[in-house]
Amino acid sequence: MTTTAPPPAPTPAVATPPPSPSARFRVPGAFLLGAVLLFGVAPLVLSDFRISLLAKYLCYAIVAVGVSLAWGRGGLLVLGQGVFFGLGGYAMAMHLKLADAAAAGETLPDFMLLYGSGDALPWWWRPFANPVFALAATVLLPMAVAALLGYFVFRRRVRGAYFAILSQALAAALSIWLVGQQTTTGGTNGLTDIRGFFGYDLSDPVNQRTVYFVVAGVLLLLMAAARQLFVSRYGELLVAVRDAEERVRFLGYDPAAVKLVAYVVAAGTAGLAGALFVPAVGIISPALIGIVPSIGFVIGAAVGGRASLVGAVLGAVAVAWAQSSLSDAFPAAWTYLQGLLFVVAVGFLPGGLASVVTALRARRTRTAPAPAPTKGETA
Amino acid sequence: MSGAGLTVRDLRVTFDGFRAVDGVDLDVPPGDLRFLIGPNGAGKTTLVDAVTGLVRATGSVRFAGEELLGRPVHRIARRGIGRTFQTATVFEQLTVLQNLDIAAGAGRGPLTLLRRRRGVPEAVAHALETIGLAGLRDRPAGVLAHGQKQWLEIGMLLVQDVRLLLLDEPVAGMSHDEREATGELLRRVGEDRTVVVIEHDMDFMRSYARSVSVLHAGKVLKQGTVAEVQADARVQEVYLGRAAAPEPVAVPVAEEA
Repeated sequence: MTTTAPPPAPTPAVATPPPSPSARFRVPGAFLLGAVLLFGVAPLVLSDFRISLLAKYLCYAIVAVGVSLAWGRGGLLVLGQGVFFGLGGYAMAMHLKLADAAAAGETLPDFMLLYGSGDALPWWWRPFANPVFALAATVLLPMAVAALLGYFVFRRRVRGAYFAILSQALAAALSIWLVGQQTTTGGTNGLTDIRGFFGYDLSDPVNQRTVYFVVAGVLLLLMAAARQLFVSRYGELLVAVRDAEERVRFLGYDPAAVKLVAYVVAAGTAGLAGALFVPAVGIISPALIGIVPSIGFVIGAAVGGRASLVGAVLGAVAVAWAQSSLSDAFPAAWTYLQGLLFVVAVGFLPGGLASVVTALRARRTRTAPAPAPTKGETA
Repeated sequence: MSGAGLTVRDLRVTFDGFRAVDGVDLDVPPGDLRFLIGPNGAGKTTLVDAVTGLVRATGSVRFAGEELLGRPVHRIARRGIGRTFQTATVFEQLTVLQNLDIAAGAGRGPLTLLRRRRGVPEAVAHALETIGLAGLRDRPAGVLAHGQKQWLEIGMLLVQDVRLLLLDEPVAGMSHDEREATGELLRRVGEDRTVVVIEHDMDFMRSYARSVSVLHAGKVLKQGTVAEVQADARVQEVYLGRAAAPEPVAVPVAEEA
């Protein structure tokens, strides 16, 4: 925010009526249920193979948390989240490749020995040998890029389809650039064969489970943080900017700054997801961050309900699961199905499956004796 | 006079060669309740657009001694200038309370913004009473009746703590009772503020205007009290003269379309 004036101290004159007991426990209850499912039930009933698949899906769900904020609440159709996912993923993978090389007694990552022209590490790889720098970069690098890009884009009042196309073009540009840098980024192959994760052997199933727990924990924490943003005054302001940007301007706010915050947070979220994707799956490559995966990142949120945090997260997991299952059986058909899902969800069910749940719940409360005041919010 | 209130000098707005506002001079002293009238296309709304920064203009617009032209919209709003639109624009998905709370919050710091709203700020509670929507505060603004949306907009200007209100046809499409309620509301909020109202409804103007400016073809044709303006021959010719015919007496519901 660009405020310099001290905020007028809001004196609560009238207290808001306390929410009904069921509403008060609904959110903590949902988080508890999520934690029990992710940390208790899933590790018990799923095989090692399934757990590592679930870790991958949860990485997509983390991206969906940011998509839900930027697109669902902010109206920014972020069709280029692959860029930020990729920046986070490559930052993490570069560090892990350097650590692997050091563990093997080499100075260069394996692919550089294979394709490399020189024998020196490129200068921009060097800082990533430092784990603190690399970890910070997975989040801060995408946020910095988003801040720079968003500053110019929102100030120029680029919005709607133009914003979406611009995001897509950026995702395409980054993946094409990476393909061309065979000697320094691994080109089409990307960074593969990642063996260790901060001293732990990733081929050990126990460590794979630990990675899964880290991913699940990060997802729950980010959902809690996103929910706080949704119900905060900023969340209300973001919805106002989404629905009537010009009106917000006449109230003395700069909508560009409001949108920029959501965009940058979504980018940081995607970066963190990319960073976790690398140990969970063991690879990051241009094919995972280009146009098609970038569309994939928003489809889950669209199907589940982009304005609803839980809807977006469950939608992302479900679509990722469907993709793995169906693309094995019908490799050619999946792309069409993906496109169809997107069109159907955006065109006919803009609120996603979450809006169906909300509608059913509203019907139930209408028949109940004492209808609770609806807050117009699904989280 | 030029030190306070709204002072417009030689204001010009051109759209593709068409002079929508063509050298307007206007003085609205502090505390005035000024009506802007004139036939369609006279440049009334464009004048308000220029004052609030929505369209580019040349000349000078000063409020409370500060030049407004050339500043971005949100900076002008921060100087205490608020407006409404011909079609009420409220945040339909948000509740009445949330609408007002956002309007009250342009000066809030990041920490306040990141927290949830607890209770109702005093200014918001006060405005809810003033505009008579206290009973509807938890309803989404989208379900409000047309008149209630206009009142909510006026309420948003109140909590925004504006010193100059620019209202664009606030009673268009309202029933007779709603018009009276709106007029009384304007009187009340105008007690310690400067108010400029664009209006087509002559009866409404006669009842509530303290002073009137008549615009015609991008220029100010006449300025004065209601009686002075009505007595002016040129004004009768371009505008009021047609009041003898039934057309302008009918409330301009069609304006909305």
